[in-house]
Amino acid sequence: MQPANAYIGTPQNRVDGRAKVTGEAKYAAEFDAPDLAYGIVVSSAIAKGRIKSIDTSAALAVPGVLQVFTHENRSRTAWFDRNFRDETAPPGSPFRPLYDEGIVYGGQPVALVVAEEFELAAHAASLVRIEYETDAHMTDLDLRRSEAYVPPKKRSNVKPPPSPRGDAEGALAQAPVKVHAEYRVAIEHHNPMETHASTVIYEQDGTLTIHDKTQGAQNSQSYVSSVFGLSSSQVRVASPYIGGAFGSGPRPQYQLFLAVMAALELKRSVRVVLTRDQMFTFGYRPLTIQTISLGANPDGKLVSLMHDAIQTTSTFEDYQEVVVNWSNLLYHCDNVKLTYQLAQVDTYTPIDMRAPGAALGVTAIETAMDELAYAAGIDPVELRLRNYAETDEADKKTFTSKELRACYQLGAERFGWAKRNPEPRSMRDGRELVGWGMATGVWEAIMQKTAARAVLTRDGNLEITSATTDIGTGTYTILTQIAAETLGLPMEAVTTKIGDSSLPKSPVQGGSWTAASAGSAVQNACLSVREQLFKYARQMEESPLANASIEQVMFVDGRICLMNEPNVGVIFAEAMQAAGVERVEAEEKASPGMLTSMRHSGYSHSAVFVDVKVDEELGRVRVTRVVNAVAAGTILNPKTARSQILGGVVFGIGMALEEESMLDHNLGRFMNHNLAEYHVPVNADVYDIDVIFVSEHEQLLNPLGIKGLGEIGVVGTAAAIGNAVFHATGKRVREYPITVDKLLG
Amino acid sequence: MSAGHSGSATLPERIPVTLTVNGEVRQLDVLPWTVLLDLLRDHLALTGTKKGCDHGQCGACTVIVDGKRINSCMAFAVMKDGSNVTTIEGLAKDGALHPLQQAFIDHDAFQCGYCTPGQICSGVALIEEGRAKTRDEIREFMSGNICRCGAYTNIVDAIEQVIGANGEAGR
Repeated sequence: MQPANAYIGTPQNRVDGRAKVTGEAKYAAEFDAPDLAYGIVVSSAIAKGRIKSIDTSAALAVPGVLQVFTHENRSRTAWFDRNFRDETAPPGSPFRPLYDEGIVYGGQPVALVVAEEFELAAHAASLVRIEYETDAHMTDLDLRRSEAYVPPKKRSNVKPPPSPRGDAEGALAQAPVKVHAEYRVAIEHHNPMETHASTVIYEQDGTLTIHDKTQGAQNSQSYVSSVFGLSSSQVRVASPYIGGAFGSGPRPQYQLFLAVMAALELKRSVRVVLTRDQMFTFGYRPLTIQTISLGANPDGKLVSLMHDAIQTTSTFEDYQEVVVNWSNLLYHCDNVKLTYQLAQVDTYTPIDMRAPGAALGVTAIETAMDELAYAAGIDPVELRLRNYAETDEADKKTFTSKELRACYQLGAERFGWAKRNPEPRSMRDGRELVGWGMATGVWEAIMQKTAARAVLTRDGNLEITSATTDIGTGTYTILTQIAAETLGLPMEAVTTKIGDSSLPKSPVQGGSWTAASAGSAVQNACLSVREQLFKYARQMEESPLANASIEQVMFVDGRICLMNEPNVGVIFAEAMQAAGVERVEAEEKASPGMLTSMRHSGYSHSAVFVDVKVDEELGRVRVTRVVNAVAAGTILNPKTARSQILGGVVFGIGMALEEESMLDHNLGRFMNHNLAEYHVPVNADVYDIDVIFVSEHEQLLNPLGIKGLGEIGVVGTAAAIGNAVFHATGKRVREYPITVDKLLG
Repeated sequence: MSAGHSGSATLPERIPVTLTVNGEVRQLDVLPWTVLLDLLRDHLALTGTKKGCDHGQCGACTVIVDGKRINSCMAFAVMKDGSNVTTIEGLAKDGALHPLQQAFIDHDAFQCGYCTPGQICSGVALIEEGRAKTRDEIREFMSGNICRCGAYTNIVDAIEQVIGANGEAGR
């Protein structure tokens, strides 16, 4: 029989659901303060050069305008780059808003207009007159390709490609079956529904309470402290709800800097909200040119694997992500050469976007593997099984667990893959061509050192706290589940508070590491509370548990009882009363196991199967069915976990068919900076998505066996769609998104 | 990339507006260019209605005005003088959630929650319109509301459930 409070692994509604469906959940721009002033950002009209003059007089003359901040009157901030570097910053010199007259990218913030009302600030912002002196800019990666370089300084937590093994070129020359092609994925912008915003509340004692749209409350807090020379006790960042982020939120964005500066200067509360246009004026998923060469024997077994990537970065930072390593991680090969280079363009620095690196690299290798399947005349699933990597060959480690074979098998069965006729253009449904494609997904199972606190009070309520965030991933809910199960309480008795810099230390939310990291920290804190409670229970006079060990008891429904005699036990409150304590509390950390990471590699995997319908006359592609079989260790909450994968698949549909931030190289800035022209999937673009969680026994990464789900859903999806489009049409499109023009052309 | 008001620093006179919001009569004096969305969020502190684009492109600001769902960012407040406005805050009655709010929770039809009030207001009005009979129709008529977290299939499930329940009740 399942004990009561066994929540881990069961579908649960979101604990923050009611707040979100009633409008009570407050996001960064929704906190009020007496005397709140509103700031509007003025963006640069040129991509490179300098401000010759800036005339703010008309703006300042608008009644209700409090100040216009520019590089000429900005407050003093820290001097060194290191003060501007946040915990996720790549090597280089972080961008400093309003630092001087220099313009280094199009849309750069050049002024902040602050007024008593939003409408007044917006009106006044339109009256700021700026004269520029323009320098030649370059935003075209193709023209910078020849100047590509290996980043001299590695970005922390980003593995460079491994050294070459064997003789990839030689083996390719001898290989009877070859694929050689270039692949591209367009620049994407995250476009969370909530635009970036910061409400800085200037407290009576001069301290700041900041509601920031961020994936890391403590990252924003330490940035503000170090840039403005404030002690950490003077700055608190509280971000209980975040309206999506997808990687746009780990780095503190310029609206935070501007809002804080204005609040400190004006000594009053200030809110700065970016417009949707301005969401295209900071980080993005970088344009990446990938070249893949595969050599194989007639049986499809790889004898040579080469994967090169050249990626954009800014002129001031060396952004890096893992793009090419995935190829050898998925496929066994003895002759491997992988390279990764950067080229500088005059844009803001790229930033991580959902499955950074993998979403690009795996899209390319999985498209190339489909090409190899056709070149060798082997079924795409069979080809992948023949080249299945049993170990992490680059790092010479074994996998902590890897149920990718089961993903292929269960996904193919559910999809009906066996009925596929491999011949392109062989299937039709009315006027539409039908295509079936598949691809593999992979993402690293990461853990980061995280702390959490558990406080049990005598009334039977448990409070869980950690600085980590919930960007829509379900963190509130899974932490509540873990805490309730560990301590044997109903979920209703647990309150989880996160997203606040004053809470136990946590890194930014990202990389799919939050469930494993914060989840393990919460489990540890609750285990400590258990031990203390058990001690109190045994110390009670004539305690029925006096002779029991902690292994012989269970914690259920607010009681500690004997496993083999559940009627015998002690209620938590009685144990606490006997010990004379009102509360039992513990703060604990969780960290990745050093021994495990020395010997093993941890990854989640997926197999994505896709059915597309292509109207050849219109060039329209519909993704009518997706089966995504995911192996990601323990699934804490199948309901919210399924939603994570659904969301990843929808992101993948966007990458495959719709999303493209178009640079106007003449103007040096993005042309389609709005949601009418930057297309993301809407409801009518999304049909059936079937998510399978493949059973995977994971016991090395963390005690709960969590791998994380934030990224894996997007990885592989775009390639599976592209492969299905090839199957439908016989046309191989190697530049994503696959838009109408590419199919009709 | 700022708004395109041209002209001088002198401001036009504020205009009185009377709205019934969630059953409560509210009177305000607003600038002529104040949009309904900002009136709700900044002037009435009804922040359940969200701003996602300010251009009528995302649907996050959807509210129900005189029975019709509209993008509140695309309506000047003065144009809606005398109207009856229902926002997400006005859907639950005496603490009991509207059936679609409950269905959103049951079907996990949201993640970050930011587009959710707009989705729900849009869905409530769609159900009232009575024209969505199939999943395809729900998907089509809900396509003015973007969900970047990608909860679309669950949103359709939630709306379908409420339409189904209404059908049962009507029989």
